[in-house]
Amino acid sequence: MSESHGELSAPYVLEYAYKRSVGPVLGRFLTELRDGRIVGIRGRDGSVLVPPQAYDPATGESLEMDFVEVGPAGTITTWCWVHEPHAQHPLQRPFAYALVQLDGATTGLLHVVDAGSEEQMKTGMRVVAEFAEQRTGRIQDIACFRPAADVQAQGNTPKAPQAEQKPVTKMVTPISLNYQVTPGRDHAAFLRALMDKRIIGHRCPVTDKVYVPPRGASPTHGVRTTEVVEVSQTGTVTTFCIVNIPFEGQELEPPYVFAAILLDGSDTPLFHLIGGVEASLVHTGQRVQAVWRDRADFGPTLENIRWFAPTGEPDAPFESYQEHI
Amino acid sequence: MQDIAIIATHQTRHQRHAADRDEVEMVQEVLSGAIDGAQIPRADIGFWVSGSSDFVVGRPFSFVGALDGVGAVPAIRESHVEMDGAWALYEAYIRLHHGDIDVAVAYAFGRSSAGDVRAILATQMDPYLVAPLWPDSVSVAAMQARALLDQGVYTEADLAAVVARNRRSGQDNPHAHLHFDRDIGSLLAEPRFVSPLRKHDCPPISDGAAAVVLCTKAYAERYVADNPGARVAWVRGIDHRIEPASLGTRDLAASPSTKLAAQKCGVGEAPIDVAELHAPFSHQELILREAMSLGPDVEINPSGGALCANPIMVAGLVRIIEAAKPILAGTARRTVAHATSGPALQQNLVCLLEGDA
Repeated sequence: MSESHGELSAPYVLEYAYKRSVGPVLGRFLTELRDGRIVGIRGRDGSVLVPPQAYDPATGESLEMDFVEVGPAGTITTWCWVHEPHAQHPLQRPFAYALVQLDGATTGLLHVVDAGSEEQMKTGMRVVAEFAEQRTGRIQDIACFRPAADVQAQGNTPKAPQAEQKPVTKMVTPISLNYQVTPGRDHAAFLRALMDKRIIGHRCPVTDKVYVPPRGASPTHGVRTTEVVEVSQTGTVTTFCIVNIPFEGQELEPPYVFAAILLDGSDTPLFHLIGGVEASLVHTGQRVQAVWRDRADFGPTLENIRWFAPTGEPDAPFESYQEHI
Repeated sequence: MQDIAIIATHQTRHQRHAADRDEVEMVQEVLSGAIDGAQIPRADIGFWVSGSSDFVVGRPFSFVGALDGVGAVPAIRESHVEMDGAWALYEAYIRLHHGDIDVAVAYAFGRSSAGDVRAILATQMDPYLVAPLWPDSVSVAAMQARALLDQGVYTEADLAAVVARNRRSGQDNPHAHLHFDRDIGSLLAEPRFVSPLRKHDCPPISDGAAAVVLCTKAYAERYVADNPGARVAWVRGIDHRIEPASLGTRDLAASPSTKLAAQKCGVGEAPIDVAELHAPFSHQELILREAMSLGPDVEINPSGGALCANPIMVAGLVRIIEAAKPILAGTARRTVAHATSGPALQQNLVCLLEGDA
């Protein structure tokens, strides 16, 4: 979290390389793409669907594995011109997205047209698929479509077929989305209080229970909460686990203890680490206290508390925390 | 099917970025606004259902987190759709027909400002052959706009007229945040953004939330009897339909799914006073008017529509709220709301509302 224009915010990236199995119909399409050909599938009414589908889009009936080679030339049925490509767009110069009805096909394939300028584009214009040099069995094996006039002028250089390979059965589709997350009014107040070594919550006006961190709402009654309550930095371990397994992104050396801690004056446990003690000696009912980092390292984050360490007090009686188990 | 009534609604003042409110705070605000505003005992509510998307707000299980704003003790019956809140309302409508509860609440929230909406919406496309090319939401809409313009019925001036009218109407809507008073000529002088669309043909990025309280006929009648002067909006028909998933197999210039849903609702059986159409892009309003056979006598989008505020996953539910508004105020007799989800009007819901004579 960092401060910007009076608001806390933090960058957040949602990223994953999905691995997908493709099945017999898409598998055939992708295998053919890799080998420099485009195929469709014949529908029950004689139409040719490109890309091929396992089922008739109108009736849902399954289709026979009757593949038909189409293209590589086709006609643009609709298009748009992207003046300012984004980083994720397939081309980093102005280009068109278009639906291309390949010769022999009944439906349109969505792809990009590298036409140089918007003035070159027209609905109904003829385009030709340009295959990528390196093809692996994915839609980007068609690098782009080009205006047929350009291709005739330059000569359509056929791509060398890839070496004999097995049919395509899997593909990887990486997704990456960038966010700037902001914590809202009451969470922001909680994070800012941590800069002053204070832990705050909100009191529910109906039940008097104190919620830490504050959410601006009573999770039991749905009413707005506004009364700020500072709670103690000492509390009771209500439950815990010992993390023994390594995982990606792990910042601490296993074994370490992650616990639910019911701070004195709070009615909801706060989740944090237990430190300053052998993992094997941590137990429910144990009294623990916040151990803060150096102020120089502070930010608007719960990481200002390094961990909670045992106080040495006698254990809390079971009745005092049984509601939270 | 029995008649179900809308008895209360609430929405946030939608804004480009809600700096001071997260999902919980927004949900708390709209639920309290609708339920407490209408003085409906919370104990009467037998079902809660939300519409939202984790990908929009960039938080895993955000609909579970948002329950902190609902109040879930004693335990509530709760559901969620990863769709616009209009579909949550549809589930609430169906749920009330089970006959064991009187009141249901549908709500929706979306903080579209958290991420790159155009990229996020590209990830809802076919993940095998379409999403890897990252066709963003504006580009897909622009291809649809071209398909419509190529038919030769409408021109870019017709698109600009839709923008001018909606953004002018939005000036009177306190929940809208992007509005202006401009003539068609000045709009057409603007450069193209993703051709043929100009920036003003596209919706704003908006944060917001909305809630609707629905109830059975018996409960609505008691409510009106107990609250002299109160009105309800009867849901006379609600239906949703879908187009084939592949853009290349559709006629992008038409919306047969909207047409069918409107027919199933009985939209054409009597005159319509007001229509609230969920058309985030200007040309989509023209497609929808045609699909629903709305003539020039129908007032379209007095709220300014999604062109003036477009919190993703919320804007469709807001159309139902805006269509209910003149009925609850007693200024309209029969209105229709439309909501859409997915790329280029892929899924469409139509909701026909009537007031008591």
